[in-house]
Amino acid sequence: MSPSPEIMFKGCFFIENKQLFDASFVMPAGQWTCLLGPSGVGKSTILRLLLGLKTGGHFKGEISTSDGQSIAGQISYMAQSDLLLPWLSVVENLMVGASLRGDTHDEERAMMLLDRVGLSDHGHKKPAALSGGMRQRAALARTLMEDRPIVLLDEPFSALDAGTRADMQELSAELLTGKTVLLVTHDPAEASRVADQILVMNKTGMVVWPAPELPAIRAVDAPETLLCQSKLLAHLRALAA
Amino acid sequence: MRKLDLLFAILLMLCIWQALVLITGAPHFILPSPWRVAKSAYFNRVLIGENALVTITEILLGLLLGTLFGVATALQLTLSKTAERLMLPILVFTQAVPVFALAPLLTLWFGYGMGSKVVMAVLIIYFPVTSAFHDGLTRIDRGYLDLAKTMGGRQLQILRHIRIPAALPALGSGLKLAAVYAPIGAVIGEWVGASKGLGYLMLLANGRVKTDLMFACLITLACLTVILHSLVGMLAKRLSNYAEGVER
Ligand SMILES: Nc1ncnc2c1ncn2[C@@H]1O[C@H](COP(=O)(O)OP(=O)(O)OP(=O)(O)O)[C@@H](O)[C@H]1O
Ligand SMILES: [Mg+2]
Repeated sequence: MSPSPEIMFKGCFFIENKQLFDASFVMPAGQWTCLLGPSGVGKSTILRLLLGLKTGGHFKGEISTSDGQSIAGQISYMAQSDLLLPWLSVVENLMVGASLRGDTHDEERAMMLLDRVGLSDHGHKKPAALSGGMRQRAALARTLMEDRPIVLLDEPFSALDAGTRADMQELSAELLTGKTVLLVTHDPAEASRVADQILVMNKTGMVVWPAPELPAIRAVDAPETLLCQSKLLAHLRALAA
Repeated sequence: MRKLDLLFAILLMLCIWQALVLITGAPHFILPSPWRVAKSAYFNRVLIGENALVTITEILLGLLLGTLFGVATALQLTLSKTAERLMLPILVFTQAVPVFALAPLLTLWFGYGMGSKVVMAVLIIYFPVTSAFHDGLTRIDRGYLDLAKTMGGRQLQILRHIRIPAALPALGSGLKLAAVYAPIGAVIGEWVGASKGLGYLMLLANGRVKTDLMFACLITLACLTVILHSLVGMLAKRLSNYAEGVER
């Protein structure tokens, strides 16, 4: 697998000729960037632009990578909704990428990931038989299964209970070491734990927020984590006011 | 409970029918009583059975071939944008031609035997099946296709693993329509020209003022259609259960 590149994003996004955002940021190679900001500001839209997917508006600007290669083909994506295919079992959903490319299935890796996200007893079940949080973990496992240099996660832990969420953050940090990751989240605590870089987005632009000095991933109760979390929360509240 | 309801509905219909016979005092060659029809059905059971078998065969063959052609067309339309652009207008246009008007022509081309009736049934269900399945194949949650795209999925594999399973419920509704239309197609084909089949027997009975036999045939046909419809309904239910990932 090729090393993870740095990604540069710069441009304006318009919906019906009204500017939604004007953003410019760099995702450092092999690091975790966390993107926060009020609902509807355009976080998911930025992910879709990076992925080269259709959006409801018009983008004027440039997205580039440090290795000059196109992002498509080296990216794996977890959308805000789980997008599990209802007719496939959980294991089959994990391996759907290989099915769609016509590759051979790596069942061993699927079972390992299923075990790591705590779903080893539910592999044969259909998604309809899982709870919201279980579905989200299955979708996370499918994203990790892809093993690409660039990973985009759109609120991947939003439906999880606090304990499981902390576990999944650690698992993702472990399995996505060395990858260029963009994580969209509404949770200042999450950002303070996992981010190498924190971006706060609002209508006027994008601000780089200082991440804790400690290397990620940080303990939930480390003073640096807690301090960053409370300051970030205060900032987000000030933005919302 | 449901079965009891059905029984009551049938009994009620028989009562109304008998009441109509008594009130209007119509002669039996205009409106035979339920009892007369039952007697006629019993005496002619072999005749009706033989002809029903012919009609059933025509209907089933028509359903099978019409579904195959419809499914193949829908897949073709989905795979090729050019095919979609060219063929969709043609398909819609040909729907403007009433298929029944073609029946005499079909008899001329495919003869008095089963062939022309099967073709008639195929023609009549081809469009509903094609358009229902094609709708299902194209009107699919964008998110799945986005996901497939980011995973680097190939078109044929996306069709096989995402589009087709997602379109199965739509195919099911198309099949349910087809199950209603196919018998109509077969019987009209038999009316225009045949020497076998329920439609033929009905015309024959009518011509000889054997109205009770005519009614017996009609009821047989109705029962066949209801059975077919409920079987196809069960299949459709299975298809949509599969697509939704729920156990029956
Ligand atoms: N397909 C679309 N067509 C038109 N407008 C859209 C479309 N998708 C999103 N938008 C608009 O773009 C804006 C940004 O949406 P986006 O989903 O990126 O927000 P978000 O920051 O991810 O919000 P949230 O935190 O709630 O997920 C919203 O105002 C939304 O109304
Ligand atoms: Mg979003």
